[in-house]
Amino acid sequence: MSTTTRTTGGAIGASLDRIDGPQKVTGTAPYAYEHHVDNPLYLFPIRSEIARGRVTGIDASAAEALPGMVTVITHENAPQLADTSDRELAILQSDEVAFRGQYIGAVIAETFEVARHAAGLVEVSYDEEPHEAELRENDSDLYTPEQLNAGFPTDTEEGDVDEAFSSAAVTLDERYTTPMEHNNPMEPHTTIALWETGNLTLYESTQGAHPVQRTVAQVFGLDRNRVRVVAPYVGGGFGSKGLPHANTILAALAARMIEGRPVKFALTRQQMFTGVGYRTPTIQRIQLGADEEGHLTAIDHDVIEQTSKIKEFAEQTAVATRSLYATQSRRTTHRLAALDVPVPSWMRAPGEAPGMYALEAAMDEMAIACNLDPIEFRIRNEPEIDAETGLPYSSRNLVACLREGAKRFGWKDRDPSPRARQEGRWLVGTGVASSTYPVFRLPGSRATIRYEGDGRYAVEIGAADIGTGAWTALIQISADAIGVSIEDINLRIGDTTFPFASVAGGSSGITVWGSAIFEAARVFRERHGENPSEGDEVQARTPDNPETENYAMHAFGAYFVEARVDVDTCEVRVPRMAGVFAVGRIINAKTARSQFIGGMTMGLSMALHEESLVDGRFGHVVNHDFAEYHIPTNADVGTMDISWIDEDDPYVNPMGSKGIGEIGIVGSAAAVANAVHHATGVRVRDLPITPDKLLR
Amino acid sequence: MDAEITLHVDGAEHRLTVDTRTTLLDALREHLEIISPKKGCDHGQCGACTVLLDGRRANSCLALAVAHDGTEIVTAGGLAENGDLHPMQRSFIEHDGFQCGYCTPGQIVSAVGMLEEVRAGWPSHVTEDLNVEEIVLDDDEIRERMSGNLCRCAAYANIVPAIREGSER
Amino acid sequence: MKPYSYQRAEDVDGAVAALVEQPNAKFLAGGTNLVDLMKLGVEEPDALVDVRRLTSDHVEDLDDGGLRIGAAVPNSVLAADRKIRTRYPALSQALLAGASGQLRNLATTGGNLLQRTRCVYWQDVTTPCNKREPGSGCSAIEGHNKNHAILGASEHCVATHPSDMAVAMYALDAFVVVHGPDGERRFPIEELHRLPGDEPQRDTTLEHGELITAVDLPPLDLAANSKYRKVRERASYAFALVSVAAALDVEDGVVRDVRIALGGVAHKPWRATKAEEALRGEPANEANFHAAADIELEDAQPLRDNAFKIPLARNIIARTLLDLSEER
Repeated sequence: MSTTTRTTGGAIGASLDRIDGPQKVTGTAPYAYEHHVDNPLYLFPIRSEIARGRVTGIDASAAEALPGMVTVITHENAPQLADTSDRELAILQSDEVAFRGQYIGAVIAETFEVARHAAGLVEVSYDEEPHEAELRENDSDLYTPEQLNAGFPTDTEEGDVDEAFSSAAVTLDERYTTPMEHNNPMEPHTTIALWETGNLTLYESTQGAHPVQRTVAQVFGLDRNRVRVVAPYVGGGFGSKGLPHANTILAALAARMIEGRPVKFALTRQQMFTGVGYRTPTIQRIQLGADEEGHLTAIDHDVIEQTSKIKEFAEQTAVATRSLYATQSRRTTHRLAALDVPVPSWMRAPGEAPGMYALEAAMDEMAIACNLDPIEFRIRNEPEIDAETGLPYSSRNLVACLREGAKRFGWKDRDPSPRARQEGRWLVGTGVASSTYPVFRLPGSRATIRYEGDGRYAVEIGAADIGTGAWTALIQISADAIGVSIEDINLRIGDTTFPFASVAGGSSGITVWGSAIFEAARVFRERHGENPSEGDEVQARTPDNPETENYAMHAFGAYFVEARVDVDTCEVRVPRMAGVFAVGRIINAKTARSQFIGGMTMGLSMALHEESLVDGRFGHVVNHDFAEYHIPTNADVGTMDISWIDEDDPYVNPMGSKGIGEIGIVGSAAAVANAVHHATGVRVRDLPITPDKLLR
Repeated sequence: MDAEITLHVDGAEHRLTVDTRTTLLDALREHLEIISPKKGCDHGQCGACTVLLDGRRANSCLALAVAHDGTEIVTAGGLAENGDLHPMQRSFIEHDGFQCGYCTPGQIVSAVGMLEEVRAGWPSHVTEDLNVEEIVLDDDEIRERMSGNLCRCAAYANIVPAIREGSER
Repeated sequence: MKPYSYQRAEDVDGAVAALVEQPNAKFLAGGTNLVDLMKLGVEEPDALVDVRRLTSDHVEDLDDGGLRIGAAVPNSVLAADRKIRTRYPALSQALLAGASGQLRNLATTGGNLLQRTRCVYWQDVTTPCNKREPGSGCSAIEGHNKNHAILGASEHCVATHPSDMAVAMYALDAFVVVHGPDGERRFPIEELHRLPGDEPQRDTTLEHGELITAVDLPPLDLAANSKYRKVRERASYAFALVSVAAALDVEDGVVRDVRIALGGVAHKPWRATKAEEALRGEPANEANFHAAADIELEDAQPLRDNAFKIPLARNIIARTLLDLSEER
């Protein structure tokens, strides 16, 4: 059985420098816009300036008269798409406008400067209809989706929550909100599209070359083999590049009209706030009940969030609540408002990130209500088994993380009383929160291993490295799987020319791609032995893991945060954070650490900075740039103490790894919020915690 | 409207014709195919496009190419001499001061330019004594001085030691 | 961005003449704000006249004991200037609190004074804005207005001025030197920027073709005891929620003289003359500092999202003055 195959090579676990480091530090690694193509054209989109209605006229005459103009594409002349069932992708197929900022056309020109100018000269008239673009708690049209993202059930209930709550010795009933947030990878969503003799090549900034290939082939009605997607380097994604969005279709549509010439399209930063996904705002009500000893007896987590009228995305906000703590009774619900807005999508730990903010803030409040240390309160509610599946955990070391973190951070002598410490003009507080993230296993990935002579092996898989370190980690995995040293591996990824790889998402990449490589290596040795001939080759698929029937598989972690709040201005600063993780085996200690600090900092960002402000009158995000949509600067981040528990999990996959891309953000915002409360005595339940909310 | 200009980039001279609207960043990337400076926001709000402009770090996205005719430009690609990485580049690799790598060339050029500012005795927002003769480049100074370079992967906690050690080499 | 011609003038007179000839021409200096706004379609000049190399890029002594700052002095160089650091520290601090290291290297003294507002509606050509398109309406008054004005606004515009440097210069009694079609004029910096009134499209009192060539800092003893405090949501690289520049002279526990200016509260840097008057001759203590701040903020009119600016401004005025009285 594959899950019992253990490696002894020693490449896995090494703290290796990134093999693509030299290209990245010199800036010579080509991202999507930077591939050399001959004679390129430039695309600038035309976007709807109403939130709902119809386009009644487009006057492009002024644009078309510009020197250097090639063409203007609109719904009046765009090629027909073969499959318009995904309405997010079915652009320029009708005059309908479903949200503000929707692509209603594009200008293609010889230079970027001309394309941008021309797009501004296109005059569009509309028949405008009333729209609703803001999530409201009392929306009468809230509905119950059939299921949630990743296939989770919408609602769950065990035991009699209402009875348990009403008879609980200690209760909490609070409302927490998280705002709309945008992924904003540093590299904007980008495509170079080129049609040649019926074949489409896309240089694409994506988390999954093959998923883009499949979707684009379907939308255009092409055989998959006619679409090639190239993505060797990707400037971040955090989920927004997990699924192809309309910008990719727009570039491909435009390129189809100009056969033989590549069309370049990179979104502006402002355009990144429309149409490439976002984290839905949430309104969450949490009710907790506990007995006198601080054992939870009731947990109720009810979520309201939004989706788009043109396509449903139902985020799994309360899913972590279904299993993290033990209780006699539990209920979780999700309700959606369908609005005239772009389609929400994945943003790093969709569901867990906003949901665990609310739950872990509520746990902090409840610990105080129960007069218990927040770590002790969590330990007291540690479950025996996974309540959602009824299965035992393959490994669960949350308590170990909490204890280890407490030691490293210096939690022991913490005075629980809020607003009790001041250094100079700074109020000082500390906070803790738990973290959890499931081990996802996506089907279908394949890896090829080929002996290339001279002791060297080619390993090919279409996987994407979006900054995770896959370029390096997959070499380490390959070396151990094949039983050679890392220098003997020629890794090839980031291209649909190589075997199918599922998306770099759900923290699943290493689990599924690594498992495919292990399987291919096993079969290779089986067929070709230890002394293969040059050209010997094997392709294998990620095997099923029968242990998923027997065990619930989750990663865990704990955060500790010191927050300082200026007593005069209520500016919040976080000089130190600590994170302890139980995530199975670490493939590369160096790049893993980066994943953790990146996730934790994004949680810090969620706690203090990020908020996309929608102006309901217009229907779009008004703070759509990096000056107004704040993400942390270097000065906002202090010291990060990262460590992990040695965790041996023989059930998850041959590497023993659980996936680490997302767990870093889950609960991190709550730890910051809890520290701010400890510092100030003010409980801000609506993120982000900005000075205006603390100033009294 | 077009203009003919000369740019000295990473030691090489280039004559090129640019639209007066073309930024230095787009001139480098689209005309000269020098891809080290990256376009992250195009509005001076992220720092990914940072180059040394006549020796000082600057956002090339807000500099019009035509207005910088004749200038000396150094990109991250030009910091590596004869294929040998600059000490700052080696330090970024060793400390894993990046993940996706898109902000990285800008971070490194910014760090190199920043060290010159420190050597010149320029204070920063966090310099305690504005009149100090010599700047002590502690971690808070690095953090503040590098805050014009955003990193969404949030490698900051690695960038700081990378620069601390890179500056000592 | 529409096409435009680009020219480098030979000298200041030539630059002024070039602008006078072309009604829709603009001066270009560092470009950090103008190029930004041209990309957004907010500024649409037909011609750019590059003045970056025309005016002085040095800080020079004036006969009266003050300093003359050339309009082309980069923000970074000005912040690091030894004389500024010693004699006008609030100005150094304000500059260092603004933008980023690489932006400060590009941005010039003259250009910084002419920075335009960060109002998100003004920057977005798809929304109504009286500043951009007079008569179209103000989207901010009933929109997202956390960053907007609490003082001196009008029913037509509630935008704020974004400069940090200018706030310090207001507190330091600076003068602006301008060359125009009718020659040179020099006037107090307070007369440079306007309140929006019913002409929000006009940020300043400059006429078309007038070029800022220098900023003069007068000799001001208490400027050596000056300070800039900026409150922002990030620790760095963010515009001010509220800022204060202050200079204080305390003798025997009594305020002999004081200067206070506020940023982030109005369409222009806000000289807090009422607070200054209330403090002169009074004991330098926290209660008086708070009371003076209250007097200045009496007329504040908060919008939906920015009432917090009143206690915030009050707190940092008092804190900054306290710091200055303790440091002396």
